Amino acid sequence: MVYSAGNYDVIVVGAGHAGCEAGLAAARMGCRTLVITLNMDNVALMPCNPAVGGPAKGHLVREVDALGGEIGLNTDRASIQMRLLNIGKGPAVQALRAQTDKKHYQISMKRVLEGQENLDLKQALAERLLIEKGKICGVLTSTGAIFKAEAIVVTAGTYLKGRIVIGDLSFPGGPNGQFPSVGLSDSLSELGVRMGRFKTGTPPRVDQKSIDFSKMSIQPGDEKPYQFSFVSPFVEREQMPCWLTYTTEETNRIIRENLHRSPLFTGSIQSQGPRYCPSIETKVVRFSDKPAHQVFIEPEGKDTAEMYVQGMSTSLPEDVQLAMLRTLPGMEKVEMMRAGYAIEYDYVFPGQLKLSLETKIIPGLFTAGQINGTSGYEEAAAQGIIAGINAALFTKNREPFILKRSQAYIGVMIDDLVTKEIDEPYRMLTSRAEYRLLLRQDNADLRLTEMGYEIGLVSKERYETYIRKQKLVEEERSRLERTVVPVSADTKKILGEINGAGLPQQGITLAGLLRRPEVSYGDLLLLPMSHPDLPEEVREQVKIQVKYEGYIKKQQSQAERIKRLEEKKLPTDIDYRKVKGLSMEAMEKMENIKPVSIGQAGRIAGVTPADLSVLLIFLEQNRRNKNRNHS
Amino acid sequence: MCEDTIAAISTPLGEGGIGIIKISGPEAVSIAGKVFKPKRGGWDGEKSHTLVYGHIYDSHTGQAVDEVLVSCMKAPYTYTREDVVEINCHGGIVPLRKVLELVLAEGARMAEPGEFSKRAFLNGRLDLAQAESIIDVIRSKTEDGLKIAVSQLKGDLSLKIDELKKRLLGILAQVEANIDFPDENLEEATGSNIIISSEELLKEIKKMVIESEAGIVYREGIRAAIIGKPNVGKSSLLNAVLKQKRAIVTDIPGTTRDVIEEIVNIRGIPLRIIDTAGLHKTDDLVEKIGVERTKEMIEQADLVLLVLDAAIGLSDQDFEIIDSIGEKKSLVLVNKVDVKKSIINQGDLDRLAGGRPVLWISAEQGTGLDKMEEVIVEMVLGGQIVRSDTLLVANIRHKQALEKAACYLEEAVSGVKSMFPVDIVAIDLRAAWEALGEITGSTVTEDLIDRIFKDFCIGK
Repeated sequence: MVYSAGNYDVIVVGAGHAGCEAGLAAARMGCRTLVITLNMDNVALMPCNPAVGGPAKGHLVREVDALGGEIGLNTDRASIQMRLLNIGKGPAVQALRAQTDKKHYQISMKRVLEGQENLDLKQALAERLLIEKGKICGVLTSTGAIFKAEAIVVTAGTYLKGRIVIGDLSFPGGPNGQFPSVGLSDSLSELGVRMGRFKTGTPPRVDQKSIDFSKMSIQPGDEKPYQFSFVSPFVEREQMPCWLTYTTEETNRIIRENLHRSPLFTGSIQSQGPRYCPSIETKVVRFSDKPAHQVFIEPEGKDTAEMYVQGMSTSLPEDVQLAMLRTLPGMEKVEMMRAGYAIEYDYVFPGQLKLSLETKIIPGLFTAGQINGTSGYEEAAAQGIIAGINAALFTKNREPFILKRSQAYIGVMIDDLVTKEIDEPYRMLTSRAEYRLLLRQDNADLRLTEMGYEIGLVSKERYETYIRKQKLVEEERSRLERTVVPVSADTKKILGEINGAGLPQQGITLAGLLRRPEVSYGDLLLLPMSHPDLPEEVREQVKIQVKYEGYIKKQQSQAERIKRLEEKKLPTDIDYRKVKGLSMEAMEKMENIKPVSIGQAGRIAGVTPADLSVLLIFLEQNRRNKNRNHS
Repeated sequence: MCEDTIAAISTPLGEGGIGIIKISGPEAVSIAGKVFKPKRGGWDGEKSHTLVYGHIYDSHTGQAVDEVLVSCMKAPYTYTREDVVEINCHGGIVPLRKVLELVLAEGARMAEPGEFSKRAFLNGRLDLAQAESIIDVIRSKTEDGLKIAVSQLKGDLSLKIDELKKRLLGILAQVEANIDFPDENLEEATGSNIIISSEELLKEIKKMVIESEAGIVYREGIRAAIIGKPNVGKSSLLNAVLKQKRAIVTDIPGTTRDVIEEIVNIRGIPLRIIDTAGLHKTDDLVEKIGVERTKEMIEQADLVLLVLDAAIGLSDQDFEIIDSIGEKKSLVLVNKVDVKKSIINQGDLDRLAGGRPVLWISAEQGTGLDKMEEVIVEMVLGGQIVRSDTLLVANIRHKQALEKAACYLEEAVSGVKSMFPVDIVAIDLRAAWEALGEITGSTVTEDLIDRIFKDFCIGK
């Protein structure tokens, strides 16, 4: 029985990390929003590692937070360990990572959704997408309910035609014992969306009480833990340690002897998995001369004995998994609670999307998260908030919200997804960002809060906090630039005591001093010049902006040059087959991708500067022809 | 709209020694002011459409490079509708090239093929009908450039650059792998690692820059090879061509064989004839040169001249030789038409030539040589043979890319020494790689990520 179950502005299919952000963003922007999930107990499920953040991923979390998203706040709420990584490697790449309590993460995220005005959360399995006059108009569930909406965001994760593989066992399934979604994948295909197939996997979980931690080294959290969100209240939380052990020669032997039972090597798994997340069997084969691989044992939460075995992702048969786990020091008597598995799933070729994450062929249909060929909770959340924002803007007939590569990692990721040919699950890396020094995790709020406020996601209160911080930073910077350090006996003595700083030259300013490699902001406070009592985050910001000013300016001017190319818009209705003078490869690629600007066209593999010149001339020809026809 | 300033040699190389360097863009006047000193008065560039006499100076050495006339034309009444400065040089190709390099060093960018016309069109000059011919220029010149890139891919320079890129990517991958995967316990790229590797690379790059300066004049022009059976008159042909026109003879260092090049100027086109030392002096040496040597010469040449002896007739060997020419541009020259009557069968000759131009000459008497020059010039001007100015452009680009890479590597080293963190140093390393990548048109991100996963065992 099919029945009409309700009307909304925006429907989000899926309540994982992308779906939660999409639903919250749309609802917070004032849209009547429905979020459906196939299992109400699995909202914001973390089916793989119990961690959020790290290089580039942590940057994404901060950016989503600055835009008014939830992942940062929720990670802070559920964190059981915080570590700041890459401390000595420079301001651009410092990154926060949290271990989280998985259940706590889910429960508190679900609570946020339940408490959100304008948002309904329902358990339902989406079967079909409904179309009217070429536009999306609703969704039909497996129980016959029809929900109508102007915009739909599909965040189906790895559930589309999911297939679980463990050794020679293989069966249809979603992650973590869920059932898969078959109808929705067919429905997308029928609408003309091209689908590919990827693979990913997860390691076994083991019982804490069967581990001898005395044979492992402890990995504690930071003594002074940072938080992800710029607005999380500071709460003292107990931190739980992780543990480090290694594979042994014996592990390698067991894996090698059982390769004939590994679906990766028997050919049972054909689809492409991520290179940055290889299974242990792949690592042993590819780096055969490496005697030992690191394995981290991470708690899955405070209220469970389950431990995540990071570094042992595998699809070997269960008996082999157990045997190899027992070769690790401290794991001789380990009991496995859940086996590792590989999962294959359908994804949407992301080249079919606009930068707004709306599909090019069906107005109003958006996709976000792992369905777009990415991996990771953070990548999913970042796409989720953008798709949610743009679905809401779509219903209000407003221009889409698009972040540039020079503005955010989110911009880099989405531009990569729609412009490049993605041939493995896409993970954010800092090396993908050409303006890395501009896109720091410490300045995500300065980069994005204002935009979040303008689209209506960031509260007035938060916006004012940001304005205050920005003002303090500016004032302190200009004070440092203005204030000349007198060459007196007093200052000589103080500076002499700073490690190797040497004596002040005539007329040097505080900023000049701070630019010296050996001088820290803290050292400036030793000087008698009056200094305002500033919050730590403001000092940090001032320090980075002053110390790295030269390099920051260089990247800014690069970004500025590229901006001109981004501003040269390409109409999406160009028939590239008719543009004379394009190379064959450029023509085919551009016909496929339909870039929106000369800048984007230039990033397509195979498009040369000569092709761009030809395009510019073509645009000018068109413009003049149009003018001529008008007059 | 176009905010940068571009420069290029805007006259074909060759005849006369007069050449014009054209600069267009907002900085054109000020860049010219940095390299040009008028004979009288100063260079203010205020007045439009003026012609000033003076000298171009190299600010590093303080020496005059060339005696020039400089015209200054202010926007919008110029070809590109931007400020345009044209430097008329008189000293021939070496100073011309030097002047261009000075202009580039002061902040102009080397113009892309067809870029002046492109700007003219985009800024509203030229009519629609002309747009297509601009596109043709962009395409064909770019294809010429590509041909050169491909031919140089086989060359020592390119192999060397590839190797440098690989090594630089190795350092970069190590830095980046440690940044993106901090918990993997990978070997750290320490500051001293970075300094040592960068300085090694720097040394090699700087050596290449110097070498390219010394050798570059002789690498430009059309490379021609004279081939044929023994005793058909190859040496007399060479001597005949050289008789009045010998310009420069030089040893090319670094080659395994004692190769010399004879450079002649044929109606303004520098023609480099590749030859083996002594080859044309004694005939018995010729015999020792086997098929392999012939193939090698063909390989290096842009143009092949196959010499036949009218009095001997065709043999299997001639067909073998012509097979090895393959797709290379070539001429068939039937020599010794003065001595005896030709016994070559016309049908066989047509079969041998396979559509290649056939000319009847006498190297001894000098007959038919004018016609030969004419055909060569036509082939060059008709675009059948890659023009020397395209080659010059490719060479200047290479040198600039190398210099830019060296500059970034120096900054990386000084960054490490000033205790900048590794993410900052990586910016310069990356830029150095990208400078080298410009030569082959590759971009760093994908290569870098591939290298990280190839070199390091990463994964949770």
